[in-house]
Amino acid sequence: MTEHILRMSGITKTFPGVKALQDVNLSVRRGEIHAICGENGAGKSTLMKVLSGVYPHGEYEGEITFEGRRCEFGGIRDSEHAGIVIIHQELALSPQLSIAENIFLGNERAKRGVIDWNRTNYEAGELTKRVGLRENPTTLISDIGVGKQQLVEIAKALSKEVKLLILDEPTAALNDDDSAHLLDLLRGLRDEGITCVIISHKLNEVIAIADAVTIIRDGRTIETLDMAGDDVTEDRIISGMVGRALDNRFPEREPAIGEEAFRIEDWTVYSPSQPGRKVVDGASLRLRRGEIVGLAGLMGAGRTELAMSVFGRTYGTHISGRIFKDGKPIEIRTVQDAIKHGIAYATEDRKRYGLNLIEDIKRNVSAAGLRGLSRRGWVNENEEFRVAEQFRKSMNIKAPGVNSVVGKLSGGNQQKVVLSKWILTEPDVLILDEPTRGIDVGAKYEIYTIINRLADQGKAVLMISSELPELLGLCDRIYTLSEGRVTGEVPRGEATQERLMYLMTKGQE
Amino acid sequence: MTSITGLPGLHRTVPQKYIPVLVTAGLFVAMFVAGGIRYENFATGQIILNVFIDNAFLLVVAVGMTFVILTGGIDLSVGSVVALSTMIAASLLKDGWPALGVIVLVLVIGAVLGLGMGAIIHYFEIQPFIVTLAGMFLARGLCYTISTDSIPIENETFTAIAQTRIGLGGDLSVSPSALIAVVVVLIAAFVLHYTRLGRNVYATGGSEQSALLMGLSVARTKISVYTISGFCSALGGLLFAFYSLSGYGLGAVGMELDAIAAVVIGGTLLTGGSGYLLGTVLGVLVLGLIQTIISFEGTLSSWWTKIFIGVLLFAFILLQRLFLGGSRR
Repeated sequence: MTEHILRMSGITKTFPGVKALQDVNLSVRRGEIHAICGENGAGKSTLMKVLSGVYPHGEYEGEITFEGRRCEFGGIRDSEHAGIVIIHQELALSPQLSIAENIFLGNERAKRGVIDWNRTNYEAGELTKRVGLRENPTTLISDIGVGKQQLVEIAKALSKEVKLLILDEPTAALNDDDSAHLLDLLRGLRDEGITCVIISHKLNEVIAIADAVTIIRDGRTIETLDMAGDDVTEDRIISGMVGRALDNRFPEREPAIGEEAFRIEDWTVYSPSQPGRKVVDGASLRLRRGEIVGLAGLMGAGRTELAMSVFGRTYGTHISGRIFKDGKPIEIRTVQDAIKHGIAYATEDRKRYGLNLIEDIKRNVSAAGLRGLSRRGWVNENEEFRVAEQFRKSMNIKAPGVNSVVGKLSGGNQQKVVLSKWILTEPDVLILDEPTRGIDVGAKYEIYTIINRLADQGKAVLMISSELPELLGLCDRIYTLSEGRVTGEVPRGEATQERLMYLMTKGQE
Repeated sequence: MTSITGLPGLHRTVPQKYIPVLVTAGLFVAMFVAGGIRYENFATGQIILNVFIDNAFLLVVAVGMTFVILTGGIDLSVGSVVALSTMIAASLLKDGWPALGVIVLVLVIGAVLGLGMGAIIHYFEIQPFIVTLAGMFLARGLCYTISTDSIPIENETFTAIAQTRIGLGGDLSVSPSALIAVVVVLIAAFVLHYTRLGRNVYATGGSEQSALLMGLSVARTKISVYTISGFCSALGGLLFAFYSLSGYGLGAVGMELDAIAAVVIGGTLLTGGSGYLLGTVLGVLVLGLIQTIISFEGTLSSWWTKIFIGVLLFAFILLQRLFLGGSRR
């Protein structure tokens, strides 16, 4: 059984400024479950988007051969026509339509333009039985849980006579029972002859289900392991995933670590969209003055959710746990409370949540700290200008002046504006969420220098990052998060990429 | 980056955010000059002052609307609140209430109506469109509970204000209402540009989520702008009462749409976050000048006003599209 159903060779995909994929090769045998592993941003999803025609032929280089034919997909419709269906991590279902309507959405069972409801519901019933879903096909999507929604997606794929099913992080949002059921279903589909490509961070699942694993790192294929032939362990996969060169240079710093500044204990947060699902589960961590602490975790581990739930409950419901500032318990109900207690959070999505893109630098810098620049509601514009100008110089924000609109700045300079904004509120604790995402190398170095400077001023910094070398180069201590739980705390001296990745992929026992 | 097409060079010397206001200003000047060439006795200062006098109430209402639209909201209730204010004023004055008491009461009622709608919009997370639509029907309906007929106003203070003309030197003069409107514009402009509330209005409209994450009081801001809009509508209603010396439940029908048109023509983005009060003033002046020109023309039906406003709105919405395309990429 060595016939290959899919061969992708020499795939290169460039976005403005970045090479997302570089000469990637992927070969999938007919009737196997093929896992793709890699760190955040390694290029897994991009590769699947190339395969499924989201990025049409011509936008990438390289060749795709499917079922022995060379394919040049112009869009998702083309790839689906060939029998390739992708199920994205964010499910693409319409919540107010029924299961049957969703299964045949865009592919309606109709006679001369009029939908044949009997046939629709009957065929939907047959498909849901195949995937082990016992709900009536007329049930609304919004009335069933995520696990079952996932099954509806698979039923939808089956309705399109799928030959190659791609699942992007299918179990990330599922509880253990649903995950186990899904994996069983995939095994069943394999026996029916459907080939699966599965992207997953959960290495124990990969080991349990996959017939082969392809590891991608920094947009390149590292290796393909055959589960039957090679002796594949989690450690073996991890060593392929990490091992990114530590060539980023980091500014020198002599840490001067003081008293504890901030501590959270037993922090639990539930998902606002999926009742009963814990996004953060009993997490505890502490930060000391002058210390840079890293928070490592893969996509969906709950890093941002942890940070935002602490920062004025801007994420999640049924939040429980205790927060201590300088050893004293504090209560943070709103963002204003957080700022008052000297806590700042710079978001990972600076364009959407961190900045007002249609305003200028001056007003973005002053937005959070305006209280200090105004008296009885009246803003002192001269002072505001002076402060903004000061930040522009000290942070080296490259712009003609503080009246420049931030939407037109480069990513690095936008990030400096975000940091300026928070530094103006005079925080003791800074939570920086992916502070160097989408920033070029030179600007990264500048951001590192700024972070070091903040620590030297005695502030406690919690840095969330998907780039392990960055955490290793900058942090005094690193916490790892996996499925909402703190799975480890590693001091600088003991931290290696392998050790962190092992902790980050540690599933539930 | 897209630049405003048809204005080569301009975007390099003038910040892009001022361009819509400048376009409106240019349009106003062009209309004034064209009118001056075409008609005798048109190009005088008094023509512009008359536009202020005839549109003082619209100007005040549009000021409130500007606050709301800057946060990314909309207030459809303003026309009805104007009518309700004239009705309350006229009926209470007929009952012999003192003018000052009536004025204060009407302003309080307008502000409270706005406050209520703002609170519902914010705390129940309902779209402003639907809440203020409900407010529009409610206020309009309340007019008829007072009376289905027009009530004349014979109060001395009100008639005195209606008839007074304040000389500005030469043969120029304005009504007290126009002056009140200008004062409202000045206060509002100061609030928008020199206070924290003003900053919060722009920040909320620019991106509500980012405003929340910056610790800005989005709740207070949103409720404030609807309160301001309600207050401005009530004040606009009083000015309308000075102007028409009557209260009528069918008055000011569709004024909310005129106010929205004026704000948009003035260059404020309907999505919020960008725009200036000066633009709104120019927007009202442009609308007023269209009416003036049509009355000078004599042979054109007054419905042509609507046609011109429609064409202008299309033009400005397209202009905003280009403007947005340039800054959000």
